[in-house]
Amino acid sequence: MDEPQNPATALPVEMPIPGADEIVLNMGPQHPSTHGVLRVKLKLDGERIEASECIIGYLHRGVEKIAEHRSYQQFAPYVDRMDYVAAVSNGLGYCEAVEKLLGAEAPPRAKVVRTILTELQRIASHLLWLGTHALDIGALTPVFYCLREREEVLKIFEKYCGARLTTHAFRIGGLQYETYDGFEHDVKRFCDDFEKKVEEYEQLLTGNRIWVGRTKGIGILTGEQAIALGVTGPPLRASGVKWDIRKAMPYAAYDQYQFDIPSGQNGDTYDRYLVRMEEMRQSRRICLQAIENIPTGPIMAKVGKVLKPPPGEVYHAIEAPKGEIGYYVVSDGTVQPYRVRVRPPSFINLQAFDTMARGHLVADVVAIIGTLDIVLGEVDR
Amino acid sequence: MLQEAYFILSNYIWQIVDGLVIVAIFPLLAGYVVLLERKVMADMQARLGPMRVGPHGLLQPLADAVKLMIKEDIIPESADRAIFWLAPVLSVFAGMLSFAAIPVGPGFLIADMNIGLLFIFAVSSMGIFGIVLGGWASNSHYSLMGALRSSAQLVSYEVAVGMAMVSGLLLAGTLSMKDIVGYQAHSGFWLVFVAPVGFVIYLVGSVAETNRAPFDLPEAESELVAGYMTEYSGFRWALYFLAEYSNMVVVGSVATTLFLGGWLRPFAGTPAFHFLDYAPPLVMLGVTGYCVYRIPKQTGWDQKFIMAIFTGICFVITVPLAAALPHPVAGWQAGVHGAFWFIAKVMAYVYVFLWARFTFPRYRFDQLMQLGWHYLIPLSIVNVMGVATAIVLHREAGWNPVVSIGVTLVVTVLAALWLVRAGERREQATLKSAA
Amino acid sequence: MKRFKAKFGEAVREAWLDRKQAILVVDAAKLRSICQFAREQEKFDMLTDLTAVDWPKREKRFEIVLNLYSFPKNERLRIKTHAADGEMVPSVITVWPAAGWLERECFDMFGIRFEGHAGLKRILLPDEWQGHPLRKDHDILQQDEAWVHENLGIESGQ
Repeated sequence: MDEPQNPATALPVEMPIPGADEIVLNMGPQHPSTHGVLRVKLKLDGERIEASECIIGYLHRGVEKIAEHRSYQQFAPYVDRMDYVAAVSNGLGYCEAVEKLLGAEAPPRAKVVRTILTELQRIASHLLWLGTHALDIGALTPVFYCLREREEVLKIFEKYCGARLTTHAFRIGGLQYETYDGFEHDVKRFCDDFEKKVEEYEQLLTGNRIWVGRTKGIGILTGEQAIALGVTGPPLRASGVKWDIRKAMPYAAYDQYQFDIPSGQNGDTYDRYLVRMEEMRQSRRICLQAIENIPTGPIMAKVGKVLKPPPGEVYHAIEAPKGEIGYYVVSDGTVQPYRVRVRPPSFINLQAFDTMARGHLVADVVAIIGTLDIVLGEVDR
Repeated sequence: MLQEAYFILSNYIWQIVDGLVIVAIFPLLAGYVVLLERKVMADMQARLGPMRVGPHGLLQPLADAVKLMIKEDIIPESADRAIFWLAPVLSVFAGMLSFAAIPVGPGFLIADMNIGLLFIFAVSSMGIFGIVLGGWASNSHYSLMGALRSSAQLVSYEVAVGMAMVSGLLLAGTLSMKDIVGYQAHSGFWLVFVAPVGFVIYLVGSVAETNRAPFDLPEAESELVAGYMTEYSGFRWALYFLAEYSNMVVVGSVATTLFLGGWLRPFAGTPAFHFLDYAPPLVMLGVTGYCVYRIPKQTGWDQKFIMAIFTGICFVITVPLAAALPHPVAGWQAGVHGAFWFIAKVMAYVYVFLWARFTFPRYRFDQLMQLGWHYLIPLSIVNVMGVATAIVLHREAGWNPVVSIGVTLVVTVLAALWLVRAGERREQATLKSAA
Repeated sequence: MKRFKAKFGEAVREAWLDRKQAILVVDAAKLRSICQFAREQEKFDMLTDLTAVDWPKREKRFEIVLNLYSFPKNERLRIKTHAADGEMVPSVITVWPAAGWLERECFDMFGIRFEGHAGLKRILLPDEWQGHPLRKDHDILQQDEAWVHENLGIESGQ
């Protein structure tokens, strides 16, 4: 498998002739481990996958169409509903894209607070991934530990902006809310505890023979394949491409902090697991650095109540927990965006599923879906 | 004619009563094993588990049973109705029938067969028919795959488990469950100390045979939805559930009888340890005391009342245990004490099952097969030969039993290590060829 | 950018920088060879995004937008091309396999047909759905009521 499976020319999965050795198995849209309403059609020879086809769209809500009928500010909460386990990151991408369109820039204090919240969100998103991924592979316990820690992050969000899941934490131009009293303390306490907790997860899984057996060599994606298929985020890094938008094209306040980009070599499920675990540690590191020194000053740039960006277009991408989330916003000079295009990382990463799943067993399908870390709200928008 | 029938029946009256008691009580006990499992799981996962129905969820099993019984019974349109109906019954039947040959305590035994162990082995394997038929009759891909996995798994692990049993049988020299325990009482040590490798193989194999995690592939919920049970609901589903838990207790009982000294108290033959006879009533008294302590903490008179009932049950169990003191040797005194130790051992064995379930991820099917055929079966054969050699060395060549067992054990462990190394090399090779 | 102009001359219609973003507008006919050049010579090895914008008043109403990224150069490039309704646009799936689903989505949402895309069918909407919702003349409340009625057994959900 040198060349990546061309997703468009991949064999269509059709019902075989009765009596043939192959069966077609429909996984989803209601299945315990397709993480929502993904439907995968598998052509099986025994338990081995010969071809696969993802059928998506069960959660399509027409977010991009809605954007054209809302003002710039009104659309901001909608982006939270795409990747609903990493709403803060989505919001950051959108706000920064519109700011870029306006030529405005958020004040330094807002940037740092944004960085902290986004990194906390990354930890929360990865924790949910870890829990469900482990659950898919049959480890029942880590999910509860992960949710316990995620709860702490959500509590911080709740205290900050009143919402836990679809936060709408940022505004175009900065922040609406000043941090609450004790924000630094809460984040610091979480970060201090979190170090030990990651150790705990690693003890449960990293060296576990069954875990290693289930993840090593599964769903291999080489660096070239990953790039050709547009895969971004942890799956790309696990394939050995050390690329992270936070370093390559820094946004918010990432240029001020020290952190490493973890990467893998084999591009298999185990490497993706290790990369995400390390990313959580690095996020914690960023949070700790940022919390030390939050600049004082205003939290909102002067952007005015009615946003009328000059005509033009902008593409702005940030490193969301799932990969590169990009917003391509076209303005025609009115209060409503002419077009908002979201580049959804889950959607494009899911495209690699067929390449990764061929030749593996049914049990590996759930491991591969889990390791891609998709959120169907974002795939279908 | 009638008198004759009465005469025959009167001979078996106790067996019939025992059988009825088991059929009546076991489902309830299985419900409490489920509660126990959920509580253990909750404890390992930093939660509380069922707390709503009754104090500490003590009535949860009853609520579950009622719920399952009054649930809608769905039979898929394309299912084979007769087999769909029969399959879960067959599973439960096989699970329950095995109880006939299990000696819970001295005298607490329904059928003392001279082939007891073989009987259990044969009957419990029958349960697989229920799974295969149920999976096939559902007419669903998931069910079919679950059923196929289950049968393949059973065939593979039955060999290893059988071999592990043989290593115990060689030492005990009998198939009668009662005599196996008798041998252990007579020789003064449990077979687990003589054939530890056999015990480990049996432990792993029995997890696989009962389809428990990490070998629960036939019902792997993240892959096959619920495997062979996918299309089942309500009471039929409950029957499968019951079969699974009765199988768990059966393999626990076999392991206890064969390797862990059955109903024997630890150090049963040593007079210095007779004080251990005080442990059962004291433990139960402690549980009773704890229940009493919890009564005032319950909210509402109904919760207090239920707690009081459970206190009463604990106390009722304490009384015969205490009455059997100071040293129960025969009759019902030995029976109740034996039953206490037996159940305690079975529960410890089942606890290992639960512990493994909440700690390990699930194996993949090919890995499961590999573990069975590449590791357990060769190792079990080596183990049987080792045990046989030890017996020959002891009985024919007149070696010291400890030395002969020690020598063969070292050889067996070395063989196990060699197998693991070979397996690792094989894995490396496949990984390399994949990359 | 200059290199693109030098290589393809007239095919590159416009090139400018907007808010520090390099944008090229190219001829649809030459799209594939320009993309090939961008990938192989200019090292824009990843197709980040492929989408379209509908400008109903223009002569060629659809603007197809490709966002490229180069790992070695750490640069982004936007290539645009125009197509009228019903006009075929060359598919770039042979250049970047990532275009597979993105072009399907474009077809789904705008009804732009890509030439050389073997599996061009709807992706987010059901296969038999009528209408392309991201076109400007498609009202936000409009939907394929016949499909909804037939498959979901309900009257319009709006």
